[in-house]
Amino acid sequence: MYQTTYHRASSIDEAVRLLSEAEDAKLVAGGQTLIPTMKQRLAAPSDLIDLRHIPELKGITVSGNSVRIGAGTPHAQVADSQEIRAVCPAFCELAGVIGDPHVRHMGTIGGSIANNDPAADYPAAMLGLKGTIHTSKRDVSADDFFVGLFETALEADEIITAVSFTAPQKAGYAKFRNPASRYAMTGVFVAQHGDGVRVAVTGAGENGVFRATELEARLAGSFDEAALQGATVPSSGLISDIHASAEYRANLIVVMAKRALAAANG
Amino acid sequence: MAEITMVVNGRKVTQTVEDRTLLVHFLREHVGLTGTHVGCDTSQCGACVVHVDGKAVKSCTMLAAQASGTEVVTIEGLAKGDQLHPVQAAFKEHHGLQCGFCTPGMIMAAVDMINRHPEGLDEKTVRAELEGNICRCTGYHNIVKAILAASEAVSANRVVAA
Amino acid sequence: MGIEGIGARVARKEDKRFITGRGRYVEDMVVPGMKYGVFVRSPHAHAKIRSIDLSAAQEMPGVIGIYTGPELKADGIGNLICGWMIHSKDGSPMNMGQWSPLATDTVRYVGDAVAIVVAETRGQARDAADAVVVEYEELPAVTNVVEALKDGAPQLHPEAKGNLIFDWEIGDSSATDEALSQAVHITKMHIVNNRLVPNAMEPRAALGVYDMAEDHYTLWTTSQNPHVARLVISAFYNVAPENKLRVIAPDVGGGFGSKIFIYPEEVVCLWASRKSGVPVKWTADRTEAFLCDAHGRDHVTEVQMGFDADNRMVGLKVDTIANFGAYMSLFSSSVPTYLYATLLSGQYAIPAIHCNVRAVYTNTAPVDAYRGAGRPEATYLLERTVETAARELGVSPAELRRKNFVRTFPYQTPVIMNYDTGDYEASLNAAMQAAQWDTFPQRRDEARARGKLRGIGMSCYIEACGIAPSQAVGSLGAGVGLWESAEVRVNAVGTIEVLTGSHSHGQGHETTFAQLVAGRLGIPIEQVSIVHGDTDKVQMGMGTYGSRSGAVGMSALLKAMEKVEAKAKKIAAHQLEADENDIVIENGEVKVAGTDRTLPWAQVALAAYTAHNLPAGMEPGLKETAFYDPQNFTFPAGCYIAEVEIDPDTGKTEVVQFVAADDFGVIINPMIVEGQVHGGIAQGIGQALLEGCHYDATSGQLITASFMDYTMPRADDLPSFQISHQTTPCTTNPLGIKGCGEAGAIGSPPAIINAITDAIGNNNLTMPATPNVVWKLLHASV
Repeated sequence: MYQTTYHRASSIDEAVRLLSEAEDAKLVAGGQTLIPTMKQRLAAPSDLIDLRHIPELKGITVSGNSVRIGAGTPHAQVADSQEIRAVCPAFCELAGVIGDPHVRHMGTIGGSIANNDPAADYPAAMLGLKGTIHTSKRDVSADDFFVGLFETALEADEIITAVSFTAPQKAGYAKFRNPASRYAMTGVFVAQHGDGVRVAVTGAGENGVFRATELEARLAGSFDEAALQGATVPSSGLISDIHASAEYRANLIVVMAKRALAAANG
Repeated sequence: MAEITMVVNGRKVTQTVEDRTLLVHFLREHVGLTGTHVGCDTSQCGACVVHVDGKAVKSCTMLAAQASGTEVVTIEGLAKGDQLHPVQAAFKEHHGLQCGFCTPGMIMAAVDMINRHPEGLDEKTVRAELEGNICRCTGYHNIVKAILAASEAVSANRVVAA
Repeated sequence: MGIEGIGARVARKEDKRFITGRGRYVEDMVVPGMKYGVFVRSPHAHAKIRSIDLSAAQEMPGVIGIYTGPELKADGIGNLICGWMIHSKDGSPMNMGQWSPLATDTVRYVGDAVAIVVAETRGQARDAADAVVVEYEELPAVTNVVEALKDGAPQLHPEAKGNLIFDWEIGDSSATDEALSQAVHITKMHIVNNRLVPNAMEPRAALGVYDMAEDHYTLWTTSQNPHVARLVISAFYNVAPENKLRVIAPDVGGGFGSKIFIYPEEVVCLWASRKSGVPVKWTADRTEAFLCDAHGRDHVTEVQMGFDADNRMVGLKVDTIANFGAYMSLFSSSVPTYLYATLLSGQYAIPAIHCNVRAVYTNTAPVDAYRGAGRPEATYLLERTVETAARELGVSPAELRRKNFVRTFPYQTPVIMNYDTGDYEASLNAAMQAAQWDTFPQRRDEARARGKLRGIGMSCYIEACGIAPSQAVGSLGAGVGLWESAEVRVNAVGTIEVLTGSHSHGQGHETTFAQLVAGRLGIPIEQVSIVHGDTDKVQMGMGTYGSRSGAVGMSALLKAMEKVEAKAKKIAAHQLEADENDIVIENGEVKVAGTDRTLPWAQVALAAYTAHNLPAGMEPGLKETAFYDPQNFTFPAGCYIAEVEIDPDTGKTEVVQFVAADDFGVIINPMIVEGQVHGGIAQGIGQALLEGCHYDATSGQLITASFMDYTMPRADDLPSFQISHQTTPCTTNPLGIKGCGEAGAIGSPPAIINAITDAIGNNNLTMPATPNVVWKLLHASV
């Protein structure tokens, strides 16, 4: 790891100020992606601003079908949240399969979303749930937030404070892990909303998380596995690497979509 | 440089270290507790697992500065004097270790797993929850056996205590 | 034998320090004044070094010194060598290229060491290493063995034209051709044995300490054989004479072969300690381990197996190309030759066998022994071929094997080996029964109803352990003897230290070696301590590899014990006024057989040291040494059966049942033996399903350079295993031990692949059988 200077912020305002003052600062929440990246000298922030001690970033609020999760909430806490489980169990299931138990103790929802790793799980949920990302400056819809590979709509001095979504009628998540990294090689989040169906795919797209519109169209009439019988998605734009070809990932999208539906309808 | 204060295995330690110092290196090189190991660079192998404020974390994926102000328990702090923790005892009884290198992280992960599952564990759950710990020697067979046995022993103690 | 003797399931004595975090590995060591070493490594697979500019790096904070290849050469440090001479079939010696511990003018693989930076802290050393400017002239690279042999391929070493290290053969070529020409059926296979990275969980480390006052060096290193390290570093690398070099391998976190060899880093840390005047510790990070540890396997093979009308094997012809990587590692040449081709008879009576092996340089990490070393490659090709033949011939795989088993012993194969004993049918029967082979069709149908493809596959392996005898291996090119030593030191109070030249890095020697002693004397196992891994304590030994510690190391211990016991009996006979032939040692007593005239063991020990009342002419003391050189290899064998279920939608394979039936001869501690089998099977399943080392074919970059891309077996990739033992004691060593360390890794890959190909009905499967690979085959066969 290169030299860096550590700061511990105690409020969002302080974090924003530190961020603007430093030469090349990075925010660290759980650090489960950033620290390994720094260890391998693939990132060299001059300053690190620790967000784990900011009370405003903590906490889960569920009122009716509205769910709001502080950006600093660790995956384990989301996975264990009975309030969220009562309205959207798929979200808890997804949080419970991120990384491993130790990673889930540290990693946060805000950190995962801000990083927008193309194989991360939360972006699929946020896109599938038509969620909103709340920042120190504004509210951004998930549709506008995830721009591309490790790219988001976040500005340099902007900090995610929370995410929110309205629980759908039904939702499910199915993930096929990369055998080595255990990140999603393909993960599909399906959700049935009052006004339509969303199918969000992570781990497969060259530009990160995306919506499988072919599958959404099929499911619009019937939110059921049977509606995906014979469905295919194009392999263009999908990742091809030593673990999985684009064609194989295209297959996995349909298979995982079916399994996510089975979970949703379970 | 960062001044770090934390309670490690019940003892308060204060040291000034480079900001970039990882918790694992702080423990090994500054506190002298070499039971916590480093087996990879990508936060996957789990040889470095310790408990921070009661939860299992990878000490190679946390700066010492991030952990300042916390209570840390390492493998060296698990036994009460000569009295092994039930997970330690089960690893010995069931031959859940060979070279011993992954063992500290494996045991700390197992203690955390058992804490999180007071209802008890089955083989499938244990195998799934060991995702963050890699062993090259045992094929996991006896590690799984040891954790299941320790889980039962801990539950039995809990019943007795209640 | 007492309760803690041979055959007892004794909990391990060494466990307490590991489960309480008190193990002591090289990276844990701190010596006064110690600083940190970090290597500057080649980012290119093949390049000329034009220049090295240290000026910026030398100015970095904390830097003590930076040292390069030309300085190392100027100091007379020798090239790294391969210690087993192989001659090509034309009689010429192998073509070994030069391997300087730090590259001088050319780098030949990504990770090749160019310089070492010594600095106050690990971070500062890394910072400065990044600031070393090396100007390279890139050369074309080749990573694949087939490509490397082609005309016009990039050339690695001037000594090896066409990248060919040797072209070696074994067996009778014309007899085999003749047999195949007469065969009624020939099964032909193209077999690729995938390249693996050993990945012991403890990364390699070395701490070199030069003592100027004594002109003496100490090397703390992650080694399976510290004495061989001292011998080689002293005799060939010119660091220091043996009496000025102490090598210590303390707790070592797994080896699997990868810590047998002497690596550049060990030599360079010693040398850099002298250059810098400070102790230098280097610890590999995982990426360095991927780049620079010796890899395993990586064979491409063509096989022909011929059968007569009665389905008896008549001939086997094998043509193998073996990847050696960029340099010849210490024992690399023995792996695809005498540890491989000599096992090609398997468990079968095959009258004619011929094998040709070409060893090839490529721009990849050196390749050497990895758990099984040659024997997994032999077993994989044989057992895949036999299984395929059974399918082609329309007979059951078990019956085809049964028909061809060697049944009379000793059995001389056409490829050197002489099997002393075995009962292959016993293991086959035990495995089939445990696997419920007969009812498999019902399980297959039940799985089909759930939409899953279920398959079953078997593998009957043989391996050779305790490689020996020294004279024979010497005649085959080995640079070392393959005996083992033991010293038994009985203290005046009767407690015992055993010094062994074997090394334990997970195998449990501190328990099993103590069991042998405690059992023979009938004393508590706590009274026996095992000392190993330090050249200042143990005089000489050959270390641990090839499943040799039990068969060879414990035989040496037995010999030393027999000498100790003989002397103890003489002392007791003298004091009890009895004939020494009437004296027995049991339950901690030395006594006149059939009487109540006894002396406690401790009292005899004390008598040896007080020397007040010893037989006339007897020297005081009770300490004996023995060297044991085996008469032959040992031949563990067994049958493994895998049952798999495949999800046709994803191609993912689940191993639903794995049965191992092994004959390891006499077993000292069943608990430890089972653990060895579990670990071996996990590595074998890893090879079959998960692990594959990939280099980019043109750039030579290692694509699988971390656990993010190289799939290590995890707990949820594996089932629990069903294990049984069938025992035919080895007839060529006194304890009847055959060895158990590698069997699991040898026997399991073909069982898994045979099961998958059974499930999917497509035999064209390569390892690792990842979900993508299996899915693709399933869709190709539709």
